[in-house]
Amino acid sequence: MEVEEVYSSSELDKKEGKAINELIARSQETIPDPDEWLDEEIKRNILLTSVDAILDWARRSSMWPVFCFPACCAFEFITTAASRFDISRFGMEIVRASPRQADLMITAGTLTWKMAPQVKRIYDQMAEPKWVIAMGACAISGGIFRSSYSVVPGYNRIIPVDVYVPGCPPRPEALLHGIRMLHKKIAKESLFGEGK
Amino acid sequence: MTLALSGSEIASQIEEQFPRSVVESTADSLLVKAESLLEVAGYLKTTPGLDFDYLTAITAVDYFDFFEVIYQLTSLEHNHSLVIKARCYSRDNPVLPSVVGLWRGADFQEREIYDLFGISFKGHPNLKRIVLWEGFEGHPLRKDFL
Repeated sequence: MEVEEVYSSSELDKKEGKAINELIARSQETIPDPDEWLDEEIKRNILLTSVDAILDWARRSSMWPVFCFPACCAFEFITTAASRFDISRFGMEIVRASPRQADLMITAGTLTWKMAPQVKRIYDQMAEPKWVIAMGACAISGGIFRSSYSVVPGYNRIIPVDVYVPGCPPRPEALLHGIRMLHKKIAKESLFGEGK
Repeated sequence: MTLALSGSEIASQIEEQFPRSVVESTADSLLVKAESLLEVAGYLKTTPGLDFDYLTAITAVDYFDFFEVIYQLTSLEHNHSLVIKARCYSRDNPVLPSVVGLWRGADFQEREIYDLFGISFKGHPNLKRIVLWEGFEGHPLRKDFL
């Protein structure tokens, strides 16, 4: 058939398939949640705490989320961002299309293994410091699709997650609660702690 | 509204043109032999009065004993529609002729059926997985998957 040249090469597909299979093989264990900050307060000294306080305040006061909305939880995020719930109260109304300009990933939706390499790449492209909120049942554990052949059973298979917001989907109040919890977590982070 | 043509009415016309090509015909659909599928489809597309110039959808069903592939055809010119079906009995290597040459819209749908049911479409210009990734084992919409 004369249209053959418009199709992409099967070499490219094999490369993609190989990358996905390798990612699955690498992702059989969950990545531990970052929790070094939990017992950090004891180690701090007074001077660093003051510097930390300012940095953490600056960081949590304008967290810019990156676009990562693969499924229906996106609509609850949109509602959260819109006028009624209004996340611009936290200085985070600007959702960035470029991961270079974002420091928060709200993973709103079911993730398939075929999409997983792209989400991981977006996370890797985000500049430090960066945080992840797993929004909804699918993001936490794969939800009702957990046993499916094509769904990633939880984002923590491929990226570390800071806050889990349960719900299917979570209401905007729940997401806001999750954001506030992340704020509290950032408030305790130390620039010179062991975890950083 | 689109007029759904009766399979039994079309059947006699098809039989006359291609003897022993129709396996079964009901008011809803027309079951044709896999070998005759391409010529019957071509006839339905090009014959004046039928002019099925548009392929609405292709889908497949696994009945354990055989796979059935269902073609929903529409004529935009006459505003009527028809459902034709074909079966393949092999589970290891089910093959049907591709209709991409007749309707370009069949391209992605045949690839999806190939991907999820493992049915090969002979003559397809680019038959490879479309939803799942290269290297995935099995065909998930088969009844015996998992």
